Amino acid sequence: MSLVAKIRWAVIVGFLSFLELICRAGWVDGISLSPPTQIFLTALSILGTAEFYRDAGLTFSTVAGSIFAAVIFGFLMGMGLHRFPLVRRFLDPFLASYYSIPTFVFYPFFIVLFGLNRFPLMAIGFIFAVVAMAINTLSGLQRVPRVLMRSARVMRLSRWQTIRLVIMPSAAPYLFTGLKLSIVYSFIGVIAGEFILSGAGLGFQIAFSYNAFETSKMYGLMAILLTVVGSINLYIYAIERRIYSRRGGR
Amino acid sequence: MSNHVVFEGVTKRFSGRDGRPDIHALGPVSFTLQQGEFFSVVGPSGCGKSTLLDVMAGLSAPSEGVATFEGHPLKGTVPDGVGVVFQEDSSFPWLNVTENVSFHLRQMGLDEIEIRTRVEHAIAFMGLSAFSKAYPAELSGGMRQRVCIARTLVTRPRLILLDEPFGALDQQTRLLMGDELLRLWRETGATILLITHALDEASMLSDRIGVMSVRPGRFIDLVETGWPRNRTSEIVSDRRFGEITGRIWQHLRAESMSAMGTQAA
Repeated sequence: MSLVAKIRWAVIVGFLSFLELICRAGWVDGISLSPPTQIFLTALSILGTAEFYRDAGLTFSTVAGSIFAAVIFGFLMGMGLHRFPLVRRFLDPFLASYYSIPTFVFYPFFIVLFGLNRFPLMAIGFIFAVVAMAINTLSGLQRVPRVLMRSARVMRLSRWQTIRLVIMPSAAPYLFTGLKLSIVYSFIGVIAGEFILSGAGLGFQIAFSYNAFETSKMYGLMAILLTVVGSINLYIYAIERRIYSRRGGR
Repeated sequence: MSNHVVFEGVTKRFSGRDGRPDIHALGPVSFTLQQGEFFSVVGPSGCGKSTLLDVMAGLSAPSEGVATFEGHPLKGTVPDGVGVVFQEDSSFPWLNVTENVSFHLRQMGLDEIEIRTRVEHAIAFMGLSAFSKAYPAELSGGMRQRVCIARTLVTRPRLILLDEPFGALDQQTRLLMGDELLRLWRETGATILLITHALDEASMLSDRIGVMSVRPGRFIDLVETGWPRNRTSEIVSDRRFGEITGRIWQHLRAESMSAMGTQAA
């Protein structure tokens, strides 16, 4: 294990130990914060309930749907913006201020559009994530070195070969960043949406536990959610590092 | 020797954008490259050297005049048998050395044994055998440029166009790369056109040197070096090397000062 990894683990273990200490010593009341060991045990018991898997299934399928739609549509949107500079110039101010829009205000509109089901939440996750994918796709395509495009012409590659063998691999780090952000934003959009607006899913269960003063259950659900999302991010981070290490940061 | 590339009254104009006037970048230029000749082009910055290379590579169509390669007109499409090495690093950063060098061959649809044979030879020829699995980011600038040359070499082009390929290298490495280039030229028998800013490089490597005027670039002198085919960088100590370089500089000095807006002293 590297020194940095050792320090990282030491900080995490130290922080959890500190929380355990202040909870056990009664420095914070049990309603506000549960000791990490109790959170862990509660999380284990939650994992043994059918209710959890029903809510997790709803949340993760909604997130997966929004990621899938955001990645596909965002990629096509980025390609379109690259292909049509006039449209890009027209949309520039909207894209620049996109994340200042309070997305959740569109929820009633999505209910009207899709009905009272999971699709409005999927749409919230989608509109959170899609622009990140589109902007990163556009950045990747804009940064394909001109000399590589000229090399493709010298090699007499067809348009499709140029896209598949030169443009996409060259833009891959940016596409990957777009994918990573889409996953993160989809999780944020869907879970926050469940928290505020929904009657099912992990976000809703966390909010329900909070309102019912079931602190241990709330922290247990939060711990499970953080573990899952953190694991996905760590996996993506590892792949991203492998891509960048080959390219030496180019 | 037969005519390999022929330019007859070739000009190139680029239309001005946003109401700006058209740019007359090149010509008219008329000259011939003989089969197996090593021809260098020198000239002041912005005189149209790279434009000339683009037209010859088929990357750009001439605005006027006729350019032919092996008797076929060049009209903005790269013909079979042409290889180009650019000044910038054009290696694919996501592929290792072997994958980079074999890339074009795979697109050409050659069989695996033929690809392996050609790639191993090209990598060994360019002195990259110890780095065959390395990625471009792990190589020096000179080694990356050798990868690009090897990638061009494996396709066995009959016309090799080099656009300041050693521009980013130090003087010693340039001389050594020049030796490698001469070795490559002798072994392949290809016709080579080298665009360069370095007068010594042009004098050392070439059979003939075309000296270009300021934009729109035209040839103001064609210098025959008379070097033997089996020359090396050692000819830099030859008395004639200084004479050739001096003759080119006489032209270029006046042109460069004209380009800078001053009178030659």
